[in-house]
Amino acid sequence: MKKLWNIMVVDDEEVMRESLAAWLREDGYSVDTAESGKEAIEKTKLKEYAIYFIDLKMPGGHDGIETMMEIRKIQPEASIIIVTAYATVDTAITAMKEGAQEYIVKPCNPEEISLLVSRIIKIKNLQRENSILRKKLTKQYSFCDIISKNPKMMEIFGLIKEVASLRSTVMIQGESGTGKELIARAIHFSGDRASKPFVGVSCAALTESLLESELFGHEKGSFTGATGQKKGKFEIAEGGTIFLDEIGDISPKLQLNLLRILQERNFYRVGGTEQINVDVRVIAATNRNLEDAVREGRFRDDLFYRLNVINIHLPSLRDRREDIPLLVHNFIEQIGPELGRDVNDISEGALKVLLNHNWPGNVRELENAVERAIVTCKTKVLTEDDFTFIVSHTIEKKQWNIPAELTLEQIENQAITATLHRTHGNIKEASSILGVDRSTLYDRIKKYNLPRN
Amino acid sequence: MNAIYLAPFGMIDDEILSTLEVCLWQVYGFDVRQMPPVMDPAAALDKKNNQYNSALILKEMLKNVPRDAEKVLGITNVDLFIPMLSFVFGHAQLNGRVAVISLARLHQNFYHLSENRQLFLHRVMKEAVHEIGHTFGLTHCPDMACAMSLSNAIQFVDKKTGELCSNCSILFEESTTHSRRTNGMEMQQ
Repeated sequence: MKKLWNIMVVDDEEVMRESLAAWLREDGYSVDTAESGKEAIEKTKLKEYAIYFIDLKMPGGHDGIETMMEIRKIQPEASIIIVTAYATVDTAITAMKEGAQEYIVKPCNPEEISLLVSRIIKIKNLQRENSILRKKLTKQYSFCDIISKNPKMMEIFGLIKEVASLRSTVMIQGESGTGKELIARAIHFSGDRASKPFVGVSCAALTESLLESELFGHEKGSFTGATGQKKGKFEIAEGGTIFLDEIGDISPKLQLNLLRILQERNFYRVGGTEQINVDVRVIAATNRNLEDAVREGRFRDDLFYRLNVINIHLPSLRDRREDIPLLVHNFIEQIGPELGRDVNDISEGALKVLLNHNWPGNVRELENAVERAIVTCKTKVLTEDDFTFIVSHTIEKKQWNIPAELTLEQIENQAITATLHRTHGNIKEASSILGVDRSTLYDRIKKYNLPRN
Repeated sequence: MNAIYLAPFGMIDDEILSTLEVCLWQVYGFDVRQMPPVMDPAAALDKKNNQYNSALILKEMLKNVPRDAEKVLGITNVDLFIPMLSFVFGHAQLNGRVAVISLARLHQNFYHLSENRQLFLHRVMKEAVHEIGHTFGLTHCPDMACAMSLSNAIQFVDKKTGELCSNCSILFEESTTHSRRTNGMEMQQ
């Protein structure tokens, strides 16, 4: 295990450098040496070192602190131990301020160095293990880029696998930001149409005539500005899948055109006379209640039934709060490197803030919140302070009106029941949200004779 | 067959040398021979702390390695240090030919306790096996009972035995087989 970690000893005095290196090698570590800061920086560019022992006073351009600062730019994860023969409070403070993990005065007690190195390696092993386990966990709970361990989402994953290779239309309903397009993509890429195009169209973004031309294409001269023939999205998606987002927003005329294409599997380009046959799977999505729109006559019932052959209703993020930690860790892993920020974790306190927030914008809002926090974060770990922009919102939301006739016990009963329901009976998670320990929660469940789910 | 040589610095008790002869032969299977005593190298003395730099002692020892020596173990009464550490019980060239042990901190009276000859001899054997182990390429062993476990304080020396654990024995066998094979190839060439 020790051979996995490389150590670098940087000292201009050969006897110092080589004796420490030899001593560490006897302990089983793989050790390289450098006689100047410049050499150490060059070697750092070529190989990763877990620990650096750097002498504070070195001639020739780079002293210990400057060398450390350069190395930290290349390998921020490395642990740096500044070594000096002449300890002063000032140098110790400077070293620690600039990011040294330890500051030791030579000669040291052998036990001290041994403990120091093994302590750092132990932490590095735990960090590596933690990152491997987290990746495994994310993999276990992910399906085509969608991460969840929520039972409803798991059912949806099962349904996606079942229907992926069918031609039937799918209707995905769910609040904005719940990942409707991701589900549509998952259906497409899990089925036998995966090698063919997946074409997405946002029906709310365009006016009726533009959307019509966008979907079905147009012939040259069919309207002002139609300077040439243009293929529509249905033609482009031939053999694959078309994803019609915000289908609830389309006009009655387009509803009729869509109904025709679903029934006949053919259409005409705008201004065209040639019938075009297509083999396209339609997946539609909406954040509106289409049943209400049908009842009120704003959406054709025949089109609704055509589209609603397979229905997938995505739960909101507040109904799958157990996914928040998984999603946050995944966003940190993705967004951190994209933004070039060295952030790799989130504190318990910050997670609690996120778990308590209502997330009206769902997963998209959570992703944006994590991104904003990463941008403004000053350390490697996101803390409550990085999420102050949602704290106030959370507090505001919490000011709900309590019915006057309720006793304190009844309020407690309701709070526990709601939390258990929300966490699907997960005692650990419920106790964490309620801010009590597990034994207290068990006591209350017994006291109020509550069902676990 | 090559031998492990004991190189005493100054006056080293015969009992210590004969104990080491037996114990190193038992653990490593090489003949053990003695070299005539020499003075502690003055150049290695750090007058400020009255300690000897073990890295410089090893350097000196390398100048005087017998032709048939597999390894040479220096034995000294003086207290040793390496520049980075305040003291060492011993020091070896990893995968090299020379090692040295200091008897200074193996005496009970160093810790203001009454001397215990038996305990002292045991400590000497453990440190000798440990440092010679390094010259055969063995690194510190996590098995606290193995002679190759790290001892950076006297209590850790007392915890271990003077023998190699099964893993370190295998590694030692592999290292000697490999070196014999390499030597054989060199001879043929």
